[in-house]
Amino acid sequence: MAAQLRVYRQKIKSAQTTKKITRAMELISASRIQKAQARVAASSPYARAVTRAVSAVATYSNVDHILTTEPEKVERALVVVFASDRGLAGAFSSSVLKESEQLTTLLRSEGKEVDYFVVGRKAAAYFAFRKRAALRTWTGGTDQPTFEVAKEIGDALVEIFVKDAAEGGVDEIHIVYNRFVSMVSQVPEIVRLLPLEVVEEMETPGPTEVLPLYEFEPEVGDVLDALLPVYIESRIFNAMLQSAASEHAARQRAMKSASDNADKLIRDYTRLANNARQSEITQQISEIVGGADALTPSR
Amino acid sequence: MAEVSGEAPLQVSVVAADHEVWSGGARQVIAKTTEGEIGILRGHEPLLAILAEGEVRVTLVDGNRIVAQADEGFLSVENDRVTIVARAAELVS
Repeated sequence: MAAQLRVYRQKIKSAQTTKKITRAMELISASRIQKAQARVAASSPYARAVTRAVSAVATYSNVDHILTTEPEKVERALVVVFASDRGLAGAFSSSVLKESEQLTTLLRSEGKEVDYFVVGRKAAAYFAFRKRAALRTWTGGTDQPTFEVAKEIGDALVEIFVKDAAEGGVDEIHIVYNRFVSMVSQVPEIVRLLPLEVVEEMETPGPTEVLPLYEFEPEVGDVLDALLPVYIESRIFNAMLQSAASEHAARQRAMKSASDNADKLIRDYTRLANNARQSEITQQISEIVGGADALTPSR
Repeated sequence: MAEVSGEAPLQVSVVAADHEVWSGGARQVIAKTTEGEIGILRGHEPLLAILAEGEVRVTLVDGNRIVAQADEGFLSVENDRVTIVARAAELVS
C-alpha cells in the first residue's frame, strides 16, 4: 500500500520536471518564431528584386543558357532536403523526409538516379541510419540560417549541375522544405529548382504590368551567368528561412501539447495517489478496530 | 532636368540579401558596372547591369549624397525605379 503511494508520487514528480522543460522550450520557440518571421520578411525585397530581374532576362531573351534549358534526357536528379538539427518539433523533420521519399520513388519510376544534399542533423541521421549516402551534408544552424551557408549550398548546386552526368553531375535539382503558412500550419513543399522555371505566384508581375524591354550590360548571356547563381542562392536562403520559421512553430506546438499532456498526467496521478492514501488510512483504521475487537474479552 | 521642381525623383532602393539597406528618392545614381561607370538620371531606359565591386553614389533630392558599398550585385532600372541588389550591401556614408 505505502509502496503504491510512493510510486505515484514519483510519477507526479517526474511529470512535473518534464513539464518544466517542455514549458521552457515552448516559450523559447514562441519568442523565436517572431524573429524568424521577421527575417523571412526582411529578405523578401531581395528575393523579389532577384526574381523580377531573372524573369525579365528569361522572358525577353532567347539565349540558351545551361541553367534554363531542359536537358533532353535526365539521368540523375538531386534532391535537397531541409530538415532540422534538433528533434522535439513534432512531425517537422519526418514530414519533410516522407515527402522526399515520395519524390524519390517518383523520380526512380521515371528512370532517374537520385542523389541527395541534406541540411540539418535529423536528415543526416536519417540517411546515415539507412546507409544511404548523401553527397553533401550541412548541419548546425538550421534554426538561425545565415546567408553564408545558403551561398555555399548554392555554389555547390551550380557546380554539380554544370558537371557532365558522366562525371557525377546531375540534370535536375529539387528542393524539399517546410513552407511556413501560419503558426498552426507548415506545409512540406517540393520545388524544382533547376532547370529553372520562373513561376512564382506572388512575385510575377500582374497582367497589367508588363516587364519593360531591358538593355543589358554587359551581354545578355553574361548577365544571366551572374544572375542565376544569385537567384538560386536567394531561393535556397528563402527555403532555409521558411524552414527555420516552420521549425520554431512546429516545436512550439509540439511542446505546448507536451506540457498539456504533463498537466493531465499530474492530475490523474494526483487523484490516484489521493485514492491510495485514503485507502491506506481506511485499512489502518479497520486493522486497529479489528485488533481492538479481538483483544476485548467477549462477554 | 532634375533641377526642375515638381518632377518626381528617382525611386532608389538598395537591397542586401537579408534586409533592405536604404530606399528613398534621389536625383542621380552613379554606379560602377563591369563595363565602366554609369550615371542614371530620370527617364533612363530600362537596364539590367552587373555591378563591379565598388561604391554606388546616390545624390539625394536635397543635394546630399549617400554612398553604399555593394559587392557582387546588379542594378536594375525601369520606370525611374532604380534597384541596387547585392549579397552584401551597406551604407558607407
